[in-house]
Amino acid sequence: MEKDKEPMLFLLTPSPHIRAEESVRGLMFSVIFALVPTALAGMYFFGVQAISTIAVATASSMLFESLYFRLTAGSAGRGPQSLGDGSAAVTGLLLGLNLPPGFPWWGTVIGSFVAIILVKHLFGGLGYNIFNPALAARVFLLISWPVQMTAFPKPSPMFGNVDAVTEATPLTAVKMLLLSHGSVKPVDSVTSNLNLFDLLIGNRGGSIGEVSALMLLLGGAYLIYRRTISWHIPLSFICTVGAFSSIFYLLDPAKAASPVFHLLNGGLFLGAFFMATDYVTSPINKRGMLIFGAGCGFLTAIIRQYGSYPEGVSFAILLMNMAMPLIDKYLSPRRFGG
Amino acid sequence: MSLFQKIAFRGGVHLPEEKDGTNGLPTQTCPLPGKVVIPLSQHTGAICEPLVKSGDLVKKGQKIGEGKSFITSTVHASISGKVVDISPQPHPSGNNVPAITIESDGKDEWADGIAGTGDYLYIDPEKLRAIVLNAGIVGLGGAQFPTHVKLSPPKDKKIEYVILNGAECEPFITSDHRLMVEKPSEIIEGLKIIMKALSVRKAFIGIEKNKPDAISILKSQISNLKSQNMDIEVAPLDIKYPQGAEKQLIKSIVNREIPSGGLPMDVGVVVNNVGTAHAIYNAARHGRPLIERVVTVTGSGVKEPKNLLARIGTSLDFMIQNCGGFAGEPEKVIVGGPMMGTAQHTLKVPVIKGTSAILVFSKGSARADSDYLACIRCGRCIDSCPMGITPNLYGIYYERGMVDAAHSWNLMDCIECGICSYTCPAHRPLVQFIRGLKSEIHKKKKKA
Repeated sequence: MEKDKEPMLFLLTPSPHIRAEESVRGLMFSVIFALVPTALAGMYFFGVQAISTIAVATASSMLFESLYFRLTAGSAGRGPQSLGDGSAAVTGLLLGLNLPPGFPWWGTVIGSFVAIILVKHLFGGLGYNIFNPALAARVFLLISWPVQMTAFPKPSPMFGNVDAVTEATPLTAVKMLLLSHGSVKPVDSVTSNLNLFDLLIGNRGGSIGEVSALMLLLGGAYLIYRRTISWHIPLSFICTVGAFSSIFYLLDPAKAASPVFHLLNGGLFLGAFFMATDYVTSPINKRGMLIFGAGCGFLTAIIRQYGSYPEGVSFAILLMNMAMPLIDKYLSPRRFGG
Repeated sequence: MSLFQKIAFRGGVHLPEEKDGTNGLPTQTCPLPGKVVIPLSQHTGAICEPLVKSGDLVKKGQKIGEGKSFITSTVHASISGKVVDISPQPHPSGNNVPAITIESDGKDEWADGIAGTGDYLYIDPEKLRAIVLNAGIVGLGGAQFPTHVKLSPPKDKKIEYVILNGAECEPFITSDHRLMVEKPSEIIEGLKIIMKALSVRKAFIGIEKNKPDAISILKSQISNLKSQNMDIEVAPLDIKYPQGAEKQLIKSIVNREIPSGGLPMDVGVVVNNVGTAHAIYNAARHGRPLIERVVTVTGSGVKEPKNLLARIGTSLDFMIQNCGGFAGEPEKVIVGGPMMGTAQHTLKVPVIKGTSAILVFSKGSARADSDYLACIRCGRCIDSCPMGITPNLYGIYYERGMVDAAHSWNLMDCIECGICSYTCPAHRPLVQFIRGLKSEIHKKKKKA
């Protein structure tokens, strides 16, 4: 009755048969896109030094990643991996933005090696690393080359002569006052040179990517709008820093800088929007994210106030990275019917 | 109405609806096929034993297979003709399942003794269950759970509500939508029969808001119920997948959560598909067993998408031919929806009781299963999981063979809705991982 036809071959794959558009590559590129304003601001204020540091960091990170893939190709348990997922580019870019302009190129390359090989791949590669690679590399460099890592040139907009003068960052100035005088009273000498506008646009000393609060906010808002990241970690991080620096300030204004000063200085925005939100090293549940962000904020405020380092964002995030598995374990989502 | 907008289940996703191709097309009756293949398993539970043998003449509606346990069902000849073969045949599940093949005599004659009753609302519940069993009625939403079992809750389970499921939340499918628009009074009469059998006063018909015509037609059909001491309410539901999953549907409508491993009756609810209610009406009122159903045939690979009223046992090939054939080169043929349906390897597969749709994706429009990456812990699967469990972890546990760990993280609560695989940016086949783990757990249980 029905004629024999050529057997047709159909694709046999398990359900679901449709898929959302999103990909790892797409997510990584949206992070890179969100960092463009910040990188441009860094380049504007620190010129060629910023451009070369960012370029060296990104290129060397990608190079180490592809080298690692080449060396481990075909070994057991390795899925398909390529530079195409964009994660090495994000790590490299973030490393560059976390370095002072004018950091020696060889140091940047060592940083990339630490980030990509030691922190990322030796712990299992994308998805398995415990610490945020770019941040761990930054702290490695900070401990190993403290002088170069804290030599912050004065910003010189529009390709001025950047490396002429270096200056202490406002946070460092405050910490030095605290250590030498036991008081920040003369802090006015620091803050009087700063106005809110300069802090917002990034006309201050610091790492390339941390100076412009406005551009970081812009990029962070884009990521939240695109739902690449959720608001939970940045908001709880920033609010906790605000809360604790307010408490310290209210307890003894002579020994603490103002909360506004703390919010707009240092690496808080870069850390809160781009480093602490790293999927792999932060909690996966929303409630866990709030705890994680609050922990980052608390540790940051404590280190800034009582630690021997002027800035605590990197340390705070790395410490909370370690707490992440525990947070995930105890704040799992509420099961239906449970 | 506002009540149902406030309650919502956790998680879920908004999928492209893709229903425009067929939701406005009235159901057409598929021409009589030259032969039908009636699988002896079209239900959850014990497979049927054939009641006929090769060479027997059968008539439409004649019972040709029945099962021997409580959880089973019956199957019927859907055309009149001659039994030509009883052997394992391709089944939508992907396996070969024993089936009875009937060649049509072209007469389409009803079997003797097909008779209903005008007094269908006053059938004794015990008798009604027998009618439902003998009419081969199972859940038409896809799960194919025997309906007479649902109508026999244990004495200690007090049933307060009956819910009819007209959510039809899977993309592309419009068969329930058309049935609701075209047979509203039959559905409501079927619902009343269910309510009477369970002695329930209150019922809801849950429908996603993307079917406003079905909502208003069913609403207009509900009248004069107070005198019958019944209260039926149409519940418009948010358009969110998996709104039609039993647990999520109950949560959305009566705000109760079935405990893990439990059944709707544990929260005082019985859920039936709108098509099932329609089938119950046909069986009680006219004595007709379940031998046909509405099937949506659609997708980029079908020339003329249609809603077809087709006899059980009609081959996919015949169905697609009656929709103008393939448009372009077909790449993937799915029975069911794109989220939970099963890809088919042959068009010999028959339409069975749970077949709500046949989807054909032409070359290039099917999801290609590419390589996948490691989990980057983005949390999308967790945020959208309607069961509040952790698909990302199951994937990792699967890769490492950590079956017990997965079990302890509530793996068995998974309803396999497919959202985790759908949302995963690393393109991890999470549902597949979960199925693998589940089968390992079942194996262990058998050993123990």
